[in-house]
Amino acid sequence: MIALQAADIQPFWLTLKLATITTLVLIVLAIPLARWLAFGRSPLRPIIETLCNLPLVLPPTVLGFYLLVSFSPVSFTGRWLQDVLGLKLVFTFSGLVIGSVIFSLPFMLQPLVAAFRQLPSNLIDAARTLGKTEATILARVILPNARAGLLSGTVLAFAHTVGEFGVVLMLGGGVTGDTQVASIALYRKVEALDYAGAHSYALVLVSFAFVVLLLLRLIQSRSETRPC
Amino acid sequence: MLNLALTHTIPTPEGPRPLQVELTQAPGERLALYGPSGVGKTTLLRLIAGLARPDQGRIAFGDTVWCDTERRVHVPARERRVGYVFQDYALFPNMRVRDNLAFAQPHPDRNRLDELLALTRLAPLADRYPQQLSGGQRQRVALARALAQEPQLLLMDEPLSALDPALRVALREEIDDILRKVALTTVIVSHDLGDVFRLAQRVAVLEPGKVAALGTPRDVLLPPTPSGRHALSGIVLAIDPADVLWRVTVAIGNDTLATLSADVEHLRVGAPVAVQLNGSSAVLQPV
Repeated sequence: MIALQAADIQPFWLTLKLATITTLVLIVLAIPLARWLAFGRSPLRPIIETLCNLPLVLPPTVLGFYLLVSFSPVSFTGRWLQDVLGLKLVFTFSGLVIGSVIFSLPFMLQPLVAAFRQLPSNLIDAARTLGKTEATILARVILPNARAGLLSGTVLAFAHTVGEFGVVLMLGGGVTGDTQVASIALYRKVEALDYAGAHSYALVLVSFAFVVLLLLRLIQSRSETRPC
Repeated sequence: MLNLALTHTIPTPEGPRPLQVELTQAPGERLALYGPSGVGKTTLLRLIAGLARPDQGRIAFGDTVWCDTERRVHVPARERRVGYVFQDYALFPNMRVRDNLAFAQPHPDRNRLDELLALTRLAPLADRYPQQLSGGQRQRVALARALAQEPQLLLMDEPLSALDPALRVALREEIDDILRKVALTTVIVSHDLGDVFRLAQRVAVLEPGKVAALGTPRDVLLPPTPSGRHALSGIVLAIDPADVLWRVTVAIGNDTLATLSADVEHLRVGAPVAVQLNGSSAVLQPV
């Protein structure tokens, strides 16, 4: 019999909180970045795009390790963050948010950039000749016509944050109630040989992943039948 | 009054080629830019609209200098109040017809919007999305949207090229009617003589690198004297033996013409051919 006790629900809440905040930060961050990558003219674009996509191929522990080293109070950047900005990012929830934002960035960015690049350039030129500012063009022309990309990116970034393990373990340390998200709680249950407890976490995560992928498929098939 | 004096590099399949243009357009005049594709007609429209910057030169409208490369002046497209009808219409797919027009209006004005919908016969289609419209209807929406912004200059890029011939004739007359009513200074890009003669009062004939002629369509484009020999261009459809000669069928526009020929060695089915009409006989020359 699989049953979650009240204390076991906590990692799920933490996971949802982390995924929601990460996704919101990513939406704000990725839209202007994707716009610049898709329509900008700077020769630096391929380099920045490659940097942003690095988490796709890096083992999460590599990223977690570097973030841990740079946020650590003994390092120059960590000391600066703590002394100047008052930010303590190792083994804290804020640190997890920053790590998750970096780690899930490509999952939000890629569908957005692809959707932006698919827009006919004449649409944007037409809006310019109609006297619209770049901000209005982004809000009224680019985003509404790239909304399938925005939706896919949001769902993927959220789901990917829920499924994180390496970065959150390295940077968060799995502090109960603070940084111990569901994937780490599962790992801890297995370490403690509590297989029934581990199973309950695993089952919820599998069900969640299935629902997310199904949702994504529905978004994609809807955007295929309705181009606008 | 539109004043252009500029040099700009046009990318062509044979490599970049400079285009030099000097033009003056009177207020309210309808000017056609006529010439083969790749000569830089659309680029010229984009330069006038402010969507691209010329390599060198000056563009002015009335007393306002829109662009002067020497004085580093460039008024952005959004401040030029230029209505631009794109060749592919560039209608916003997320907006209904009415919203496409409303988005273009500098200030919301419901009455003006209804007037424009009536002028372009779009009122019954106002609540449709662009992808629910035919090519001709989309073209009318594109024109109505360009007019909705109350432009001081109207630019139309190959307004009828995407339409089939029958629809083109009908819509050409309709556009002519609308342009007469709005009386705007208008530049029309076309490689279709029908458009030039019906829609424009003056024409600038563009050739690679320059404006080759400028004047009324009649002065510039009609042959000076009638000729006894008339050449048409067509496509060879069939070559069949007919006793000692060959019967060759040629498509000219939407019509077919069958003629007898003694020499078909250089003719191929599907290839272009020049047909010279001389009294009752026709001479076929491969091109």
